Amino acid sequence: MTFILFAEQVLNGLQLGVMLFLMAAGLTLVFGVMGLINLAHGSLFMVGAFAAAAVAGATGSFLLALAAALAAAAAAGAIVEVVVIRRLYNRDHLDQVLATFALILIFSEGTRFIFGSFPLFLDTPDWLSGPVTLPGGIQYPIYRLALIVVGLVVALGLYLLITRTRLGIQIRAGENDREMIAALGVDISKLYTIVFALGAALAGLAGALVGAIQSVEVGMGEPILILAFVVIVIGGIGSIRGALVGAILVGLTDTLGGLLLPSFFRTFMEASAASAVGSGLASMSIYILMAVVLMLRPTGLFGAKA
Amino acid sequence: MADPILETHGISKAFGALHASKDISIDLVPGEIHALIGPNGAGKSTLIQQIAGALKPDAGRVILDGEDVTALNTVARAQRGLGRTFQISALAMEDTVLENAMLGAIGASGKPFHFFRRALDQAEARAVAEQALEQVGLTENMATRTFELSHGQRRQLEVAVALTLSPKAFIMDEPMAGLGFEGSKNLTGFLDTLRHTAPILLVEHDMDAVFALADRISVLVYGEVIATGSVEEVRNDPAVRTAYLGEEA
Amino acid sequence: MTRERMVNAAMLLILIAFPLWAWAADEPFMITLATKAVILALAGVGLNIALGLGGMISLGHAAFFGIGGYAMGVLASHAQNFDPILEGPFLIEGTNSMPIIWLTAIIASGLAALAIGAISIRTTGAYFIMITLAFGQMLFFFAISWPAYGGEDGLSIWVRNEFPGLNTLDPIQFYAIAFTILCAVLILTARLAKSPFGLALNAARQTEIRVETVGISPYKLRLIAFTISGMITGLAGALFADLNRFVSPTMLSWQTSGEIMIFVILGGVARLFGPVVGAVLFILLEHLLGGISDYWHIYLGALLLVIVLFARGGIIGVLAGREAKHG
Repeated sequence: MTFILFAEQVLNGLQLGVMLFLMAAGLTLVFGVMGLINLAHGSLFMVGAFAAAAVAGATGSFLLALAAALAAAAAAGAIVEVVVIRRLYNRDHLDQVLATFALILIFSEGTRFIFGSFPLFLDTPDWLSGPVTLPGGIQYPIYRLALIVVGLVVALGLYLLITRTRLGIQIRAGENDREMIAALGVDISKLYTIVFALGAALAGLAGALVGAIQSVEVGMGEPILILAFVVIVIGGIGSIRGALVGAILVGLTDTLGGLLLPSFFRTFMEASAASAVGSGLASMSIYILMAVVLMLRPTGLFGAKA
Repeated sequence: MADPILETHGISKAFGALHASKDISIDLVPGEIHALIGPNGAGKSTLIQQIAGALKPDAGRVILDGEDVTALNTVARAQRGLGRTFQISALAMEDTVLENAMLGAIGASGKPFHFFRRALDQAEARAVAEQALEQVGLTENMATRTFELSHGQRRQLEVAVALTLSPKAFIMDEPMAGLGFEGSKNLTGFLDTLRHTAPILLVEHDMDAVFALADRISVLVYGEVIATGSVEEVRNDPAVRTAYLGEEA
Repeated sequence: MTRERMVNAAMLLILIAFPLWAWAADEPFMITLATKAVILALAGVGLNIALGLGGMISLGHAAFFGIGGYAMGVLASHAQNFDPILEGPFLIEGTNSMPIIWLTAIIASGLAALAIGAISIRTTGAYFIMITLAFGQMLFFFAISWPAYGGEDGLSIWVRNEFPGLNTLDPIQFYAIAFTILCAVLILTARLAKSPFGLALNAARQTEIRVETVGISPYKLRLIAFTISGMITGLAGALFADLNRFVSPTMLSWQTSGEIMIFVILGGVARLFGPVVGAVLFILLEHLLGGISDYWHIYLGALLLVIVLFARGGIIGVLAGREAKHG
């Protein structure tokens, strides 16, 4: 294995990591502030991707497509929050799981109804196509590099939003003490809608960005949703910082596991068996990571003690 | 004096800068009611939790019937004979009164892992459960669902569940809380006789009950036991008067 | 007789009368539909032990369903290819005997449930949900990436496995097998709920600290319940694979976990017959709505939303009122 291959995989891991962070941040925010477990977060990812693909197809503009993804996902999030989600805040987790599972069914079949069963394609724009040469002679697609940058910028933006703005103060207060913010005269139901729509917009952004490197299809949201759950479990529910650390860990483990495990087994097994065992184990590596973290810290790396 | 059933030796516990328990050594001897009193925030709950096994002390030991149980969890301490009641009723609200008592009896039998026999047909455990309910006066309500009980009846059921364990020692966290005059009087009378079954470590705010029942009283202030002694001794203790009444010693 | 018991009895009667009618009318497809409902009900009965009795919201029961399915697929495919599973140090051959397959499915899914449970039950609430979901997904990806047994394409079995003395290819006879197993498991579940174990488990759902205080470990109770639950769902998986003569990673997918949970909720959580009523209703809806619209999941989703938001207690709750439980 060469250094270049390894470095590429590290970058791929980072890229997966920051996209997972966009998903996980919304999930963990919604859980931290409203105590809601939202299975339909993957549907918002899908909404973003479809909106982007549709607008890019109509206008040819990637930036417009991104804006459409943000707007569509945020709008879908706000509507769902007002119509369904806000009835779930005082329910137990089982009701939340079931109702948001029902939302997945409705979103998925609704999207299939509108766009059909065939995948759509979202092209990367010309100005982000092709490779770039990084120090060390690594050739890496500009688009993927851009994803890493966008993800990190959003992470920074989120950090500033939560630590420096009025909304951020209200969100943090909401996590700590619900009665307190009510006493301060904050309109809680509006705050919840905003937080939910914000999380939805992040998911939609992730969907649009990822949509350009994979096909845009119904059901694309759930695999990444479950990965985002793994991220949150590792990072600790409710912690944005945990979501970032967990996302990078999961991204790196996933890509490096796929690279390193087969070659590790090849050192003492014959090649085809090694790649079978290696890829089998690699597919499980992030879950094994999760299990190890849980055994050491049942509430995740940055989670509050139970 | 007989050997103590329950002892703490130098228990200390801190939460950050807050010292909830400072070097606490108390004991409980057969046949007595030892009341633990103190103002709110004095660390009574923290102490009880350490004795029951829900919290681990930073230092010190808990001895139950001669055995060091400091390293054991709540389950193991219960199995060794610690019967506990809670300030806020911890009962299976959907289940009947009898089922709650049966839970204690099944736990006490050490055989909860039977999968196919009907629980209510377990003759021995059933007898234990029914007897405990009779002792607290809930026989009439055996088939009632627990959420339908009055507050006072729930307190009685709490005690009954502890009774089914035939414990070596009781720990009772504010059993009188929320009871009216009549209820307190009845429960006081009941605990008065219960001390001969097993000694009781009683955390209680109701001073009438404490003065009526306690053989000994320990006063906890800011995580420290400032006095231990008979009702008379504690009443006249200058440190206690300062702590409670704000009088100059 | 309580109203819940009447609903249960009516359900049983339907499950006997409907297939007999289909048999008499020579409608084998209807019998197969009923068989599917009965097998999915069995999977739901398994989940209900963890969910209803134990209060453990497992979104990963597809793992056990799929393991049961693969137990059947692996054993039967080796048998049909006359290719032993293991030659040394001792010979293990495939088999097409249902009882051996069932036993294997139960043991394998039980071990998986024990391992997954041992880690997951240390946590509670939302963590537990996400972790069971994640472990289910782990097995899903493992099945996809493991090429030996068909990977993504799954495994087809040419002939249904055998049961001594019966012709399993005859739909009504296979139905009889599945229905008998469901009844047996329902009886066991009813007894379990009333047993000392069931009493303690049910109490641990309501007040964990009380159970600890009487000297019973809630962790142990839950782990055992989770394992039993996984075993039953695994057995259902083996039967389901045999019904379709096909097993694929789909059986392990998160959608499957969600659907098994839907059976329980549609019918009524913690009700003995909840999963049975739910599974029958699910199959009925799939058959009726699926005939009208390709997008029937929209209606299913809407129905589920309505039930969750407005009709807590599921169908049995609506029919029988809220008072009874574990009748």
